[in-house]
Amino acid sequence: MNASTSPIKIYLPRDAAALALGADRVAQAIAETARSRGIEIDLVRNGSRGMFWLEPLIEVATPKGRIAYAPVKAADVTSLFDADFLYGGAHALRLGAVEDLAWFKQQQRLCFARVGITDPLSVEDYLAHGGYRGLKNALALSGADIVKIVTDSGLRGRGGAAFPTGIKWKTVLDASSAARAALDAAGSSESQIPNPQSRSFIVCNADEGDSGTFSDRMLMEGDPFCLIEGMTIAGIAVGASQGYIYLRSEYPHAHRALAAAIENAYAAGYLGADILGSGKRFDLEVRLGAGAYICGEETSLLDSLEGKRGQVRYKPPLPALKGLFGKPTVINNVISFASVPAILDRGAEFYRDYGVGRSRGTLPIQLAGNLKRTGLVEKAFGVTLRELLYDYGGGSYSGRLIRAVQVGGPLGAYLPESQFDTVVDYEAFAAIGAMLGHGGIVAFDDTVDMLEQARYAMEFCAVESCGKCTPCRIGSTRGVEVIDRIRANVDREKNLALLDDLCSTMRYGSLCALGGLTPDPVVSAIKYFSEDFS
Amino acid sequence: MKPAKINVVVESKAYKLPPLPAPMRQAVMQAIDAQREKPGALLPILHGVQDALGYVPPESLALIAHELNVTRAEVHGVVTFYHHFRASPPGRRIVRICRAEACQALGARALEAHAKQSLGIDFHETTSDGAITLEPVYCLGNCGCGPSVLVESSARGAVSGEAHATVELYARVTPEAFDELVGDARSASA
Repeated sequence: MNASTSPIKIYLPRDAAALALGADRVAQAIAETARSRGIEIDLVRNGSRGMFWLEPLIEVATPKGRIAYAPVKAADVTSLFDADFLYGGAHALRLGAVEDLAWFKQQQRLCFARVGITDPLSVEDYLAHGGYRGLKNALALSGADIVKIVTDSGLRGRGGAAFPTGIKWKTVLDASSAARAALDAAGSSESQIPNPQSRSFIVCNADEGDSGTFSDRMLMEGDPFCLIEGMTIAGIAVGASQGYIYLRSEYPHAHRALAAAIENAYAAGYLGADILGSGKRFDLEVRLGAGAYICGEETSLLDSLEGKRGQVRYKPPLPALKGLFGKPTVINNVISFASVPAILDRGAEFYRDYGVGRSRGTLPIQLAGNLKRTGLVEKAFGVTLRELLYDYGGGSYSGRLIRAVQVGGPLGAYLPESQFDTVVDYEAFAAIGAMLGHGGIVAFDDTVDMLEQARYAMEFCAVESCGKCTPCRIGSTRGVEVIDRIRANVDREKNLALLDDLCSTMRYGSLCALGGLTPDPVVSAIKYFSEDFS
Repeated sequence: MKPAKINVVVESKAYKLPPLPAPMRQAVMQAIDAQREKPGALLPILHGVQDALGYVPPESLALIAHELNVTRAEVHGVVTFYHHFRASPPGRRIVRICRAEACQALGARALEAHAKQSLGIDFHETTSDGAITLEPVYCLGNCGCGPSVLVESSARGAVSGEAHATVELYARVTPEAFDELVGDARSASA
């Protein structure tokens, strides 16, 4: 081949899941083979396309577009070179274009539009794929107008609580405007100065602790600028000049990606004192959690950010009025912020046109647990659980019957086959006593013991309770004991009644969702899988 | 008769900890100085200390409290609240096994039992050769390819004598694969 042409681009994920499946070994083999054959290549470590059964997935940028080969082992690399894969040559692992794969084609990727496509750490690549257009639009608007667009889009908090994002932002905007007006009235000129000890704060909840969820991680590793842009827009909208990403310590790969991306964003003028010459300031810092599930609860997270024990606060006051360091604070999940750039770029109506009922837009759904084809499916609301489990998920990984599904993390209800026609929609899930949460779906085959799962729910709550309220702190430990007695067949009927009573105390007496929702997996396990309790 | 002299200075031996050895003190001060200007600096400082030393020595809490102008009780409360912070030195590698539901659905319970049995230790314990500390973890975000295990070097730089910190995530870990990765971790850190 002509040596003067630029080196051929090969994309290979650095996503944690791909690394766990051997992506680094493949990268090394590719680099070594290319070197020994005197071929110049440009190996880009990108995010994952979200098809884990095909990881590590290589894409080669050929003149005819990107051609995928997957799943690739280090031992396959020599044969790939022999098959001329750099020019899309035929090979047993050749899949063609990812966009043509049925699994991928039927998705609607708005939030994940760039994940697995761009170089996650390159600002230029981000710009070339539509990045920062939302921010540019936002800079030309007033805060109130930005908030209105977000409100009109129908975006609801993707962390799990599904609170309308625009309304939260409006509360913060009004609160910080009121504070500014008070300062002006007092004749202070302070409000004219961009103050790093910001009047209000933007906080990203990246404490993705729910089992079965990994969309935050994939986005932060695969397209960190999207989150940075979303948070910057939020800062401009409500007049906050400081943002924090509270990241769980269990995500070392995401930490690395975010740190590098933030540095690059500063260098390119997309963060800092004068964003794109607008005179507006926005600073962003990553803070690490320390292995406490409860810090995914927003008020615990704020206390943790303040350097305290991550204990739940009483509400009111809402964080939107009195949040971080007592200032009005926008606190949203990663996916909520990362949905904002597309909304500001393409308009509220564009986003709102996706979805059903009051659930607008798309949801990055995570297929996890015992499924053949696990990964990330971003779809408009309205797809059924059954489609996700069988059409996308391909049935169980073990080849056995799917017996139970837990949606929405460790606090989500266990659902039996009879509920699989439930539609992905916040209200539809609430109607059957379940919750969509952060969109994680964990499938179990028929070897699962639902009494053990119920016991684990209580055990997890006992381990992770912040200890502030009694129903959660004590109730969870008593719950484990009661379930142990049921298992040992000691006064079964009495103990089942006691468990029911305990669950209702926890549900109605706990301060936050941890104690309040732990009964959901327990009660649903008893309700739908009573045979495991007899 | 004169009343007996009563010594009113009560010295509680229980709360007196040995002083921090100089190199440790230096590492702790470094962590404090790097972060102290930040609002809410305590967690970043504790991370800095643990990254450097592998744990947060109980003897360091008084120093941290003094430098941040908070009480030792407050620092103690924070350190003990978070699962991540350790009060004693770990093994050279920390092996974290995911216990969460998605990994359970793929055999994490059996893996957990196997790990404890083959290492001869329970969670939060270290093998007698000081190589491996076993920890539970509640989700590593690798829920599509469980059971998941994360292997980390426990300290950076001077303490471990290793050039690089390592973080290795493993997917679809069978009991056999577990024994293999533990073997690798042992030999890499020996």
